[in-house]
Amino acid sequence: MAAPVAASSPSLVDTLFQRSLDDLIRALRSSPSAAAEDAAIARALDEIRREIRSPDLDTKAVALQKLTYLSSLNFLDPSWAAFHTLELLPSPTLSHPRVGYLAAALSFHPSSTDLLPLATHQLRKHIAPSPSNPPALAAPALHLLALASSPDLANHLAPDLLPLLSSQAVSSPLRPKAVAAALRTLSVCPDAAPVLFKPLVDCLSSSDPRTASTAIGVFCELAVAAPDPSPYLPLAPEFYRLLVDCRNNWVLIKVLKIFARLAPLEPRLAGRILDPVCQLIRRSPAKSLVFECIRTVLTSLSDHDDAVRLAVDKAKEFLASDDDPNLRYLGLRALTMLGPVHSWAVEESREAVIRSLHDPDTNIRHEALCLVMGMLSDNNVVEICNLLIKYAMKSDPEFANEILDAVLMTCGRNLYELILDFDWYVSLLGEMVRNPHCAKGDEIERQLVDIGLRVRDARPELVRVARDLLIDPALLGNPFLCRVLSAAAWISGEYVEFSRNPLELIEALLQPRTNLLPSLVRAVYIQAVFKVTLFCFISFNEQMQAAELLSLGNSSNERQGNLEGPYLFAGKTSTDQNTAFEIDHCVATADKADSIEKKETLTHESISNLLHLIESAVGPLSECAEVEVQERARNVLGLIFNIRETQFWNIKAYHELTRDKKVTELVELMEATFSEDLGPVSTNAQKRVSLPEDLTLNENLSDISKILSDHDATCASISFSLRSHPSVETTEDFAPVAETNSLLAEHRKRHGLYYLPAEKDDIESNDYPLANEPLLSASHGDVTEDFMKLTAQSLNPRKAKPTKPRPMVIRLDEGDGVSSSNFKSIKESKDDLLSGAIRNVLLGNESKPSSSLKKSSDKTSRRRDNDVSDNSELVSEHQDNSTIGDKEHGQSSSRSRHHNHRHKEKNDSSGKNGSNEEKSHKHSTRSSRYHKHRQRGDPPSDIVPQAPVIILVLSIPFGWICFQEKNEFNLYPIIIGIASDQPVRSHWIRLDCLFGSVPFEDPTCN
Amino acid sequence: MIRAVIVMNTQGKPRLLKFYEFQPPEKQQELIRSVFAVLSERPDKVSNFVEADAIFGPGTRLVYKHLATLYFVFVFDNSENELAMLDLIQVFVETLDRCFKNVCELDIVFNFNKMHAILDEIIFGGLVLETSSEQVLKAAEEISRLEKSSSSISFVPKAVTGRFSR
Repeated sequence: MAAPVAASSPSLVDTLFQRSLDDLIRALRSSPSAAAEDAAIARALDEIRREIRSPDLDTKAVALQKLTYLSSLNFLDPSWAAFHTLELLPSPTLSHPRVGYLAAALSFHPSSTDLLPLATHQLRKHIAPSPSNPPALAAPALHLLALASSPDLANHLAPDLLPLLSSQAVSSPLRPKAVAAALRTLSVCPDAAPVLFKPLVDCLSSSDPRTASTAIGVFCELAVAAPDPSPYLPLAPEFYRLLVDCRNNWVLIKVLKIFARLAPLEPRLAGRILDPVCQLIRRSPAKSLVFECIRTVLTSLSDHDDAVRLAVDKAKEFLASDDDPNLRYLGLRALTMLGPVHSWAVEESREAVIRSLHDPDTNIRHEALCLVMGMLSDNNVVEICNLLIKYAMKSDPEFANEILDAVLMTCGRNLYELILDFDWYVSLLGEMVRNPHCAKGDEIERQLVDIGLRVRDARPELVRVARDLLIDPALLGNPFLCRVLSAAAWISGEYVEFSRNPLELIEALLQPRTNLLPSLVRAVYIQAVFKVTLFCFISFNEQMQAAELLSLGNSSNERQGNLEGPYLFAGKTSTDQNTAFEIDHCVATADKADSIEKKETLTHESISNLLHLIESAVGPLSECAEVEVQERARNVLGLIFNIRETQFWNIKAYHELTRDKKVTELVELMEATFSEDLGPVSTNAQKRVSLPEDLTLNENLSDISKILSDHDATCASISFSLRSHPSVETTEDFAPVAETNSLLAEHRKRHGLYYLPAEKDDIESNDYPLANEPLLSASHGDVTEDFMKLTAQSLNPRKAKPTKPRPMVIRLDEGDGVSSSNFKSIKESKDDLLSGAIRNVLLGNESKPSSSLKKSSDKTSRRRDNDVSDNSELVSEHQDNSTIGDKEHGQSSSRSRHHNHRHKEKNDSSGKNGSNEEKSHKHSTRSSRYHKHRQRGDPPSDIVPQAPVIILVLSIPFGWICFQEKNEFNLYPIIIGIASDQPVRSHWIRLDCLFGSVPFEDPTCN
Repeated sequence: MIRAVIVMNTQGKPRLLKFYEFQPPEKQQELIRSVFAVLSERPDKVSNFVEADAIFGPGTRLVYKHLATLYFVFVFDNSENELAMLDLIQVFVETLDRCFKNVCELDIVFNFNKMHAILDEIIFGGLVLETSSEQVLKAAEEISRLEKSSSSISFVPKAVTGRFSR
């Protein structure tokens, strides 16, 4: 081991016996443990810190070498030594600057150190072509430039690259390196384009193959990275020459990459390269080149059927190569590249694709899965998904989840556009949960709730699936599935009317193992218990009334004696099931034929038992430390307390029931609470709430105290809180509610705009029913009619399915692409700088860039000032130009261009000018056309309404607060409104929609 | 362009790292860990490509070769060809093999500078410079010859330092 020699006294001995890099490596390798290695590293670092300050350059160099090694392979930050690195650069000994350059290349970057500009002069000296600079010195200097130059440094040193770039010496080893360094210079400093671009273009035709191949690499980088590759179009003849003449596969691959970007811009170019590319596919023995050709054809030349055919055949060959997984993988990738237009290609190799699902290679399985998902259509979605889910059951966890994910994503895409049979899809979701590896609980949860909200027809099946999930005690222990269970609980609570056996549901929701659930899910469970209990009670009440009607009718017909027995309450003989309240025919009379089955189990006794069960299960939770659980538990207990408070529960005979008004009131109140459907909420819903013109805040605020006092009374009267109101005043009458209602109606009339608009007078075309719009007077028929209209407008016309019509899926407008496109344009602005610079260079007007700039800005300003008609004139003019141009070039264009190029090679200046001019003309036409397109695509900005936007609506106990967007005084105006018993719910949902989520649990009982 | 060249052993210890897009040291460590996690999961005789979007950003892939105790990994984006990168790894390995006569992990461990010199002849600033291992070897040897002739570092007696280090 390295003894800590003279740790305290740096001396000559110390430098003499300095440990070399090899010694350091040996010391590290002989460390027995990781801790020992860390200690050795720390010791070495101390040593290095001392040595690197030495005036002796050899010592310094060795120290830096060791530091470089440690920092590179042990991830230490070497930035503290940046200055010492620079100190080594001027040394006359070749190895010193090389050590310095290596250290710098591995750790220098504008973001980590700002010292590099100090070495500007040194770099310049090293890259200057002179006999004293061997390539071994200039090369690392160029390398450092290629990796770490900042925009300023790049700008300063750009002229110094020129001699290297244009060096005519045969196979100068530095020329390709200078070309590579120029790439970095161009990309960090677009201003250097006028200086560097022409020499770079010349390098393309260099006789040195390395220079040419590096140069094409540079252009490939530039063209592939550019958001708009059109500035490189004028170079197409150069690239074409390489494509035809060059035999180097590396160069050809790069040329193909460039053409893949350029071909979509210029149809004639596509036609021109088609032939050589197909030749390469047929003839080349190099798989890499063939694959590149396939990629080029499939991505950029997919309009040419023959070529696509050829490429697909070749891809199939790849797919069939059993011994090489790489080729199989790439074959599948090639098929993935083909868009849905060419789905025939996938269909043809369907078998191979399906077989690949079983491949041991995860890559291949993944690509195959993508392809299979791409094949999905509404015709085969059922079979394929069933197959995949079954397959996922027996595959390894990772791939099982990949499959689940793919199925969920594909089926959920664009509001389940592939799904015709939602009953099937919902049960498929249920099946997914049964997968032992399923970790996609969150997405399944989302889709279950989402389908519940959007697809009315799927609700019965949804409730069935939810029930199956809830009663399975095995699922409760799986932490990945608790979200799904939460959705199931919510669904069974919200759509309990479809449940076949609500009592069973409550038992499932209260089973002992629910204590394994996280508290938030538990809260959802308890809220579901609340809803289900209420539903049972309401149904039971309806049965009573129906029975009463019937018994009254019967008694008048003197048949009371027959029926008397069954109508006796179970309270009399509570243990005897036979005397329980049988109501089959009564309900039938009450015109609820569909619900016979599920309600037949509801008896006075069963509900009593139920209440006991709930009390014993939920009771302990009323002291739960989790507020959500506690609050909801108390709500449930409050409800039961209220039910028990009514004399209804103690009556012995049926006829006493109707005398108790409170029962009816309670039932009506609670029924109203949950009667509204929860719907999906558009993310834009909040924006549509516009501000009324005549709003004066004072007026509103002056009403507040009155509203408040009114509302307090209401609150008290309907409160369930056991703690604050030990005996709930159910005897109090409900007059205040009515009063508040009238007040609210008044308010709604005056400030209707705050309420989600009921009329469809919105600017944005929003023909969808507003979520949670109170359906006070509208009958059910109206709603369906509305929905029918909706579907007709929003769903694409699809083939009529004779068997089963697709249920309607509520869809809200999705007009939120504006912000993202803005972001994109900002992101692209830097690249555009470079493109613009290159455009200028290639169009040959770098000598007078100001004039061209002026011209273009002139044009744009004119475009802005003038009205639309003028604009269109401008465009038509351009189109005329371009068609003329097309005619001129039409038949012999590429030949003439080619010719031009040859010409240029012979006598450079004159020919070049000519061809450039020709290209520039063509180019400007095109670019202006593109410009126009972009303009047309932009949303008309002046139409944006200037009204202040409400940015937040908060629900508060007696109403809501609405925050608007801040005004010119930087204030956020607030409007406070009241809410009646109903809209409280919808306002909460408005709040939800602000945070972009669907309403999950309703807080009605606050 | 090529984003990074990584040589690491089958225990995940890096042996040669070169990032053509700057990464701070902590980030490097994280990247190496994630790459190793991916590679060590993969069985033998499967394809050599891995989508690396999650590790190196969108559009990146990596190609690797598992040779003896080492992984050779090239990270690249969509301006490179997958199979060509695989060939390039072959060129790199071939050059090392020629240079060190049957290269093994130890050669790579103890020849930090030379490894970088060879790599810089093949890939320069993320661009492929040379694909003939013969040419690369020639250039690398020329450099070490020049370095030796001008250097005085090696004059420190090896034997002495050797004794101290043991």
